[in-house]
Amino acid sequence: MGTLGKIARRTFLIGTGLVAGGLAVGYYYYRRPYPNPLEGELTDGEVTFNPYVKIAPDNSITLVAPRAEMGQGVSTTLAALVAEELDVRLDQVTVEHGPAGHAYANTTMLEEGVPFPHFDESTIAELMRSGMAVAGKFLGLQGTGGSTSIVDGYYRMRQAGAAAREVLKLAAAKRLGVEPGTLWTSDGVITDPASGKILTYGEVAAEAAALAPPSEIRLRDKADWKILGKPQKRIDMRAKVTGAPIFGIDVRLPEMLFATLRMNPYRGGPIVGLDAGAAEKMRGVVKVIRLETGIANGFAVIADNTWRAFQAADAVQAEWGKGAYPPDDAGIFDAFDQALRSGDASYGRDDGNVETAFADAPRERIVEAEYRVPYLAHATMEPMNATAQLKDGRLDIWAPNQMPTLIRQLAAKAVGIETENCFVHTTYLGGGFGRRSDVDYAIYAALVAKETEGRPVQVTWTREEDTQQDMYRPAAVGRFRARLGEDGLPVAIDMRIAAPSIIASILPRYFPSLSPIGPDKSITDGSANQPYTIANYRVGGVKAPVAIPVGFWRSVGNSFNGFFHEGFLDEIAVAGKLDPLDMRRKLMAAYPTAINVVDKVAAMSRWGETLPAGKAKGFAFTLSFGTWVAQVVQVADVGGRIRIEKVWCAADPGQVMDPAIFEAQMMSGIVYGLSSAIGEEITFADGAAQQSNFHDYGPMRMFQCPQIEVGLLETAHRMGGAGEPGTPPAIAALANAVHALTGKRIRSMPLSKEVEFV
Amino acid sequence: MKLNVNGRDHDIEVEPEMPLLWVLRDKLSILGPKFGCGIAQCGACTVFLDGEPVRSCSVTVGEVSGAVTTIEGLMPDGRMHPVQQAWIDEQVAQCGYCQAGQIMTAVALLEAIPNPSDEEIDNAMSGNLCRCGTYPRIRAAIKRAASANAGA
Repeated sequence: MGTLGKIARRTFLIGTGLVAGGLAVGYYYYRRPYPNPLEGELTDGEVTFNPYVKIAPDNSITLVAPRAEMGQGVSTTLAALVAEELDVRLDQVTVEHGPAGHAYANTTMLEEGVPFPHFDESTIAELMRSGMAVAGKFLGLQGTGGSTSIVDGYYRMRQAGAAAREVLKLAAAKRLGVEPGTLWTSDGVITDPASGKILTYGEVAAEAAALAPPSEIRLRDKADWKILGKPQKRIDMRAKVTGAPIFGIDVRLPEMLFATLRMNPYRGGPIVGLDAGAAEKMRGVVKVIRLETGIANGFAVIADNTWRAFQAADAVQAEWGKGAYPPDDAGIFDAFDQALRSGDASYGRDDGNVETAFADAPRERIVEAEYRVPYLAHATMEPMNATAQLKDGRLDIWAPNQMPTLIRQLAAKAVGIETENCFVHTTYLGGGFGRRSDVDYAIYAALVAKETEGRPVQVTWTREEDTQQDMYRPAAVGRFRARLGEDGLPVAIDMRIAAPSIIASILPRYFPSLSPIGPDKSITDGSANQPYTIANYRVGGVKAPVAIPVGFWRSVGNSFNGFFHEGFLDEIAVAGKLDPLDMRRKLMAAYPTAINVVDKVAAMSRWGETLPAGKAKGFAFTLSFGTWVAQVVQVADVGGRIRIEKVWCAADPGQVMDPAIFEAQMMSGIVYGLSSAIGEEITFADGAAQQSNFHDYGPMRMFQCPQIEVGLLETAHRMGGAGEPGTPPAIAALANAVHALTGKRIRSMPLSKEVEFV
Repeated sequence: MKLNVNGRDHDIEVEPEMPLLWVLRDKLSILGPKFGCGIAQCGACTVFLDGEPVRSCSVTVGEVSGAVTTIEGLMPDGRMHPVQQAWIDEQVAQCGYCQAGQIMTAVALLEAIPNPSDEEIDNAMSGNLCRCGTYPRIRAAIKRAASANAGA
């Protein structure tokens, strides 16, 4: 980390995820709380206690879970944090996402952006984290990502529940003429045990909301938790099994129009010619408009239903200018290879002296390998969409999104109004996986709404558009070497990885005036920050200057570095004639949490037992988003094809707020990773992505899905996330299992290019 | 043109080549069937046509002569269908976008095969994509609903 001091602070912030200028505001400003966004949203008689709690006189209680519900169960668990301290049952409250507001800033998302491993608790690492938290609060970026929601809400939302409970007790105590400390609360009612009198929260809410909470509120001991730590019924389950209209694409408004768009498939290229004559004459078509933005260029068709808009879009004749990147995979990967050979690397890890360690290494003690992964689409089940209405200077946007305050700011700017006149309504998301932390769909909808004379308009992308205009998971290449010691263990590992920088791709889309400089830790995330002790250990990242738009994809850099690092360690184990799991155990001896998950998964999977012929297991470990995860994948040879039979997963996030939801997230992350490993790939030819829909971008289907067994531990002393950490090790463990089964070391994804899966 | 959906007749005026999905969603505001791919690859738009599961994105409204049932029609008396209840009991849904289609396909499977084997479940359900990876819990829910059938 010696280079850190040389990096200008501003550069550093941008390089790790901050996306706004003007940071020179003092601590005082940071300390000033943001206004409560619920003040303007109250219905008759309802009062609010803080940005997370509203109570009406009839005792209907509304909790705000201000993070995108994209399947990860966050609305249930965030509400549970408040409910635990407020002393209400989850089945007696309504949970809302709530309005976009700086009060809901995600400070953890930025804290975890610091270029230090999760286990680094040195003074400098902690100082940087707290500095990022200050910056995060003051930028007020409300966002869902980085598997941070529960960690971020853990204190704040319990405190919100407790503060509301305390003022409710104060108000009741006044009413009853007793000391507040003598009252009991449960299930939304306050009981005076001495008199047996009962008051509902609703009955005292109005008085309570006017009171200041006590300055010291003690949160409930973990041992006394009624809701947290136990599996809860998801609050969104009923709506989701009855087909309720809860998604962005289900928004219906009076007088609403329907639109679709087609953007230049040569990413970033201009419109050369556009002939919409025939399209504009088609039934139901209102108009065809040009969309020329800093994100992409193309056109939208506005019609009276979505299908007619789709049909008319097909009838528009467009001539597209080329994008500023090599037109095909050969050229694209040449650029990657060149960056890998000669680009400037920044080192996320540089222990010992790697150059010296390799200088005198005997040839037979060296292991070398080159790895590669393709671009990937997110392929959320709900295609990108957003609905917008611009009327009388007010812009409303209904969007399944992960970044409501960013949308508010940028959509307002796009249509030329002030930010405070833009209102973002976050619906449920039909999948996110990072795609909806980009905000292109919402800006396009705002621009289309400029053309509909005050009528709301829903802009729905076709699956083809969703696939071809994705902000892809970056492709990446890596060149690795290791020197083995006499005992087979590595004494030196040198990794050099080239990938496009996600921040360098995102910034110009939304903040063209900011130039991204400095390192991007996502290039080495999952390789540079793993809990292994190796005497000489260097991991360098090089930005590959390829201008295909890239974005955050579930587990981000870990999604490919998990494969790179753990695939390469498996190779080292094979070369050193060591058991791959046992070798990890030795290298991770300084990190008891890592050993715990390794031992757990070894026991769960009965690692080391003799398997019948035609079956094999692979192992991998990745610490990402604060959660320590070890996995074993078992594969079987079925007539020359490979079936993924079973996955065992041991995960330790320190504390588990809801074991059933956490387990579901591990399963989800595993399936998402395996799906990419067996068959997903975005390739380029003639300047455009070649895949367009589920027939040629094929996610895992049920017949391919293994059984999955998850074991949870709570031994880590810092809390980690749930949404992403299941993904990285699954990919590597599968590749390692395929090697164990077939003897074939596959160093590029998807694996299906070299072996056939069931 | 007449269309019977969930027991109700609708008069609609659209091109016969318009896919049933878009008639349901944009004309009738029946929003349970979802748009996922438009080419019968993902199953999110699954509805019943005279009791048979079809991909409504790839059936034109002109081809429809019988009764259409969407997920909204699974609980005519407001009570959960046993398959929906099994989905709740197993806490299947994550993002939930594909689940209406998954449930429709599962209902059709269990009507055809009340106690399906693992292989029969995989075969019947593999036309329905889920990106959240709920497949293991879908399997469990189908088995739960099947055993509820057997117990009934």
